[in-house]
Amino acid sequence: MSDTFTLDGKTYQSRLLVGTGKYRDMAETQHAVAASGAEIVTVAVRRSNIGQNPDEPNILEVLPPDKYTILPNTAFCYTADEAVRTCRLAREMLDGHDLVKLEVLGDKKTLFPDVLETLKAAKTLVKDGFKVMVYTSDDPLVAKQLEEIGCVAVMPLAAPIGSGLGIRNPYNIRMIIENAQVPIIVDAGVGTASDAAIAMELGCDGVLMNTAIAEAKNPVLMASAMKKGIEAGREAYLAGRMPKRLYASASSPIDGTFF
Amino acid sequence: MQIMINGEAMEVDDDFAVNQLVEKLELTNKRIAIELNCEIVPRSQFHAVRLKAGDCVEVVQAIGGG
Repeated sequence: MSDTFTLDGKTYQSRLLVGTGKYRDMAETQHAVAASGAEIVTVAVRRSNIGQNPDEPNILEVLPPDKYTILPNTAFCYTADEAVRTCRLAREMLDGHDLVKLEVLGDKKTLFPDVLETLKAAKTLVKDGFKVMVYTSDDPLVAKQLEEIGCVAVMPLAAPIGSGLGIRNPYNIRMIIENAQVPIIVDAGVGTASDAAIAMELGCDGVLMNTAIAEAKNPVLMASAMKKGIEAGREAYLAGRMPKRLYASASSPIDGTFF
Repeated sequence: MQIMINGEAMEVDDDFAVNQLVEKLELTNKRIAIELNCEIVPRSQFHAVRLKAGDCVEVVQAIGGG
C-alpha cells in the first residue's frame, strides 16, 4: 500500500522520526536508526571539543545528510533568543538546510514547553526563512496558533520528554489533528510500540521518539518494533476501526443452528 | 593576544583569521558553525574575518540528541 507522508514539500515513506541521543555509541545509534526505518533524524547543536579527540566520529558522518533529513533541535533552550541563535548556527553548519525542530523549555523537571517563548521564537524563525517543526503542549489552541504563524509541522507532546508514559491525553491530540492543516507529529512521551500505534490510530501524521528506543534493553530490536507499531497504527487508522459496544455482538450466524 | 573560545581563554597571533583558527583547532572541512561575538561567521568569510583581542568565539557541531 502506498501511503506516503509529505513534509515541507518532501515525501517520506516512514512516519517514524527518531532522535539520536542517549545511545551507548555511534555504532548503536547507526544500527538503531537503520532498524527504525526513519528518514528524518534529530540532532543537537553543541560546542565542539577543542583540542580533544579530533578524530572522534561525528554524528553526521554516521548519519550523512545526503541519506537522512537532518533535523537540528533546540534542546535545552529556555528562551526564544537561545532557540533562534541555535537554529541559525544549525543552518550554517548544514549549508543552509533550514528545517529545524523548535523546542523552548519552561521547566527543568517536566521539560514542558514554555509556549509563550515558543510562539515568539516560531514567529522570528518563520520570518527568517526557517521551516519550523515545533514541539508544544497538547493544547489545541496553541497548536493552531503555531500553524497560523507558519510552522510546517506541529508536534504536541504525548507525555513529558523521556517519561515513556504513553499518550496521556488522546482526546486533545485528536482535536489538534482534526483542526490542523499541517502535519501533526506526536513528539515525546512514547514508551513502547503500542503507544506509537495508539498515536497513529488517532490519526497523527507521524511520531518522533528517542528515549523509548535508546533506553530499551535492546535498542535495535525496539527500533524495529516501533517501525511496526507505527505501520500497524497507521493502517488501522486508514482501515477505520469498528465501533465500541457495551455488549457482545455474535460473530457466527444464528441461522442454521440445529439445537 | 587572548581570545575566548567555547568559554576558554586561548592565545593566538595578532590579526589571526578565522580560517587560521579553524586550522589550529584541526577542524578544517569538519561540519561546524562559528559565531564571533554572537554573530554567525559564514564559512565563505572564514578567510576574510580577522580576530581581535577579547573576541568571543563559539564553535559548534552536531551531536546525538532527541
